[in-house]
Amino acid sequence: MFQISTYFSLAYLVLLGITVVLCAVLPKNFRRLTLLFFSWLFFFSVSGKLMIYLILTIATVFNTAIWLSNVQKEQDTAAKDLDRETKKLIKAKYQRKQRGILALCGGINIALLLMLKYSPFAATNINTLLRLMGASYQIRVPSFIIPIGISFYTLQAVAYLFDVYRKKIQADPNPIRFALFMSFFPQIMEGPICRYSDTAYELWNLERVRFENLILGGERIIFGFMKKMVVADRLNMFINEVFTHYFLYDGFVNALAMVCYTLQLYMDFSGTMDVVIGSAQIFGIKMPENFQRPFFSVTISEFWKRWHITLGTWFKDYIFYPVTMSKPMKHMTSKARKKLGNHYGPLIAGGVSLFCVWICNGIWHGAGWHYIFFGMYHFALILGGNMLEPLAIKTAARLKINRKSLPYRVMQMARTTVLVCLGELFFRAHGLRAGLVMFKKIFTEFSLATLMNGSLFTLGMDIFDYYIIIVSVIMIFVISLLQEKGINLRQSLQKKNLAVQFTAVYALIMFIVIFGAYGQGYIPVDPIYAGF
Amino acid sequence: MDDRLIEILEDIQPEVDFRNCTTLIDDHYLDSLSIISLVAELEDEYDITIPTVEIIPDNFNSAQALYAMVKRLMEES
Repeated sequence: MFQISTYFSLAYLVLLGITVVLCAVLPKNFRRLTLLFFSWLFFFSVSGKLMIYLILTIATVFNTAIWLSNVQKEQDTAAKDLDRETKKLIKAKYQRKQRGILALCGGINIALLLMLKYSPFAATNINTLLRLMGASYQIRVPSFIIPIGISFYTLQAVAYLFDVYRKKIQADPNPIRFALFMSFFPQIMEGPICRYSDTAYELWNLERVRFENLILGGERIIFGFMKKMVVADRLNMFINEVFTHYFLYDGFVNALAMVCYTLQLYMDFSGTMDVVIGSAQIFGIKMPENFQRPFFSVTISEFWKRWHITLGTWFKDYIFYPVTMSKPMKHMTSKARKKLGNHYGPLIAGGVSLFCVWICNGIWHGAGWHYIFFGMYHFALILGGNMLEPLAIKTAARLKINRKSLPYRVMQMARTTVLVCLGELFFRAHGLRAGLVMFKKIFTEFSLATLMNGSLFTLGMDIFDYYIIIVSVIMIFVISLLQEKGINLRQSLQKKNLAVQFTAVYALIMFIVIFGAYGQGYIPVDPIYAGF
Repeated sequence: MDDRLIEILEDIQPEVDFRNCTTLIDDHYLDSLSIISLVAELEDEYDITIPTVEIIPDNFNSAQALYAMVKRLMEES
């Protein structure tokens, strides 16, 4: 059967190619239907009959949005030409009704996600608790196969529902347009988590494929392949070995594995995003960016504004602000600000909201205590950073340090990177206990013996693998530095003549073909974020 | 421009020229914590409710934009 498991496969490229050709020749009405057909074919080829879950989400959310919209219209009619007080009463009545509808449909979809993804984790923990309490009874641990992309498309659906409820957008009366927004195949597996206002109408009014977009999108796809196949996949064997047998290795090897995993995760996910956004660009669709060179961040807070951006903005818009702006929190902010001042006053409400965001962020990534620990780790870093900020400003002023100077900023970037790497150690470790052992080893068993005696180069990567990775990372760093300075390389390249353009693209393809980690001796690595 | 609004802003974040600055969010003069304070103060002062959907850079980038939002919400309520 026709089967695709990753964007980094020939099957995906063939599917993309066929869709692009059809969208280049067919009239507009057929283009959108073609895109929906191939999107569903893609989903079906990955998840088979589990596609029913996607269809269930599309059907429930589409109809609920229309229901909400009808209630809003009823409210407008009922409140017409009435005095202010009566209007307020009517508004309150209809608000309650809308909240009920929202909770029902949002609840069904979130419950579906929770059931499929977290019920085995919950059942295992309940059993542990029962054992600890001395009970002989154990509950059955369920096992589900999870449809691909459910963590991403559920958030996209819930955002749509909330936006209709908040009257930010109108409920879509067209089920095909909504289905296309929810199912667009390049993004269904790993996002970016799009808002309805970002892509729904662009997808619906799909333009004919333009040569310029084909080249720009194609270049970005190739760049994504390079990040994933040359760097991320090459690192895989070493990372697997050390994270599985961490107890056999000293602190240096564990620390190196931690750094390599952080690099792998970045190259894997941002490489996938290059393929996704590049694919969309070929169709003339501008997807929101998910990465903005996160390792140039000077604080953890900034890091999360540059890493998995669409997840961060989702949490900000649908958890952070709603919690912070709830009546009790606002009341608390007003009171606390008078007592604790402008900085620490709002920090209480902000802290509560941040806690909610980071517990959700941890859980969203997977069912495991180490994911929750990962969330709490970043919560503590961000809250701690905010609490210590006035002290840092005062200390820097006293020591006459210019906080905007390059050396100070580079020091901040290095500190942020180290903190991120430590978080990723727990994120990747086989459970929280393993993470803690690895963490301890880094500080108590640090030795360069494996490097000196060369045994380091027998752990899944030889010295040439390291050379290839170092050269690739330097290349990507230089490109990132140029992007950071506002230089768009692909657009600059487009201004050159065709010979230069093709030489550059050809060189990059050859680099992947020669140095990519594929074929004999390598196991294909599924994109990491597709598993979340 | 409403002087009371400028006073609220200056109380939350001194050292910013609120009458002329049009990049309060884009240039990070107002961070998430300042926004939390600001919303609570504006709601108290003008007897309005600022829904989450209004918390977008367009509404918070300048004192003028903020006042326009406040006026609109006062009329709507």
